[in-house]
Amino acid sequence: MFDLFTRLSAWLIPAIIVFIPLYAAFRKVPVYETFVEGAKDGFGTAINIIPSLVGMMVAISMFRASGAMDLMLGAVRPLFDWLSIPTEVLPLGILRPLTGAGSLAFTADLIATHGPDSMIGRIASTIQGSTDTTLYVLTVYFGAIGIRKTKYALKVGLFSDLVGFLAAILICLYIFK
Amino acid sequence: MVNWIWLFFIVISVVVAAINGRIDAVTQAAFDGAKSGVTISFGLISIMVFWLGMMRIAEDAGVLKKLAKLLSPVIRRLFPDVPANHPAMGYIMSNLSANLFGLGNAATPMGIKAMQELQKLNPDQTTATPAMCTLLALNTSSITLVPTTLIAIRMNYGSANPAEIVGTTLAATFVATGAAILADRWYRRRSSPPPGIHHKQIPIQKSIDPPPIAATASLRKSGGGKVV
Repeated sequence: MFDLFTRLSAWLIPAIIVFIPLYAAFRKVPVYETFVEGAKDGFGTAINIIPSLVGMMVAISMFRASGAMDLMLGAVRPLFDWLSIPTEVLPLGILRPLTGAGSLAFTADLIATHGPDSMIGRIASTIQGSTDTTLYVLTVYFGAIGIRKTKYALKVGLFSDLVGFLAAILICLYIFK
Repeated sequence: MVNWIWLFFIVISVVVAAINGRIDAVTQAAFDGAKSGVTISFGLISIMVFWLGMMRIAEDAGVLKKLAKLLSPVIRRLFPDVPANHPAMGYIMSNLSANLFGLGNAATPMGIKAMQELQKLNPDQTTATPAMCTLLALNTSSITLVPTTLIAIRMNYGSANPAEIVGTTLAATFVATGAAILADRWYRRRSSPPPGIHHKQIPIQKSIDPPPIAATASLRKSGGGKVV
């Protein structure tokens, strides 16, 4: 089943890349010219993201380097002990919405230390896989189109991260007990 | 809220660093962060250029419209204020399907393109519309069928069953996405004005593609409560 799926997703991109121009040519669209025309927008869009992304990365990077992140973790740890949830996965709950690369590195480290088939390894994998980096998505998507007033978008994203984090732990504790 | 979080991060960092004697490290981190922001954006250039080119072909050939039509009953419920035949719908569909199949580097350009299309319907170019917030909510909770990166990592560390987390991930993802949709609905309902009061069209600067009457009509409907 998994084999089938990995093979399928390996073929998916090439299939899309060949299907779109072929179908378009069939509909008499000048494919190459259209490609170049659309691709022009890509550069500007990526450049538009730089200011917001730099702002966000600076703040997160400072927060981690100063030791403030560790302090924050220390504050929440007793609650986790009390709920008898493995505290090792706790940093992931805070890292996940902030930095994709950071939380992936942390997950890989947990898997390396405790083993992929340990409860901690399984919970970490599930947390990492089930949500995306909210702050990054918000910065990139809104940065690209110049939205400055984000309304309730961040609250919704962080709320869903929290729910996903707790759900991942509970589901793993239940399924893999 | 973003303003506060940003300010909080920076102020707390400097204060904590001062207490810990890590001022140098924090200064260094600030510039490292700036550099990685630029590196990431530059990394996006090639992906954006390629996929936006591809998607333009798809748009001109009518593939996006077909795709949007295919799943529009579901998506239309989530985006009541976007006209069903608007190009934004097609991009939203491609963004969501790319996420679903774990094609991360295709999902981002399509999501951004969808945002650009939604921006054309936006009367105030600096404030997010409800539709933008919904699209963002769906992306932050990212429904992924198979988390391929994690399976690869688990395989790498000799797991007996690398794919055993597919089920738990899917379940957690569904819960997170459900929570995102519910929270989004809640805020959307709270922030939309009562029916028939506000909706005077604010004259727009450069509306090449002004919100057609259908859009405002469906906005009014969603403002009147009874949304999904």
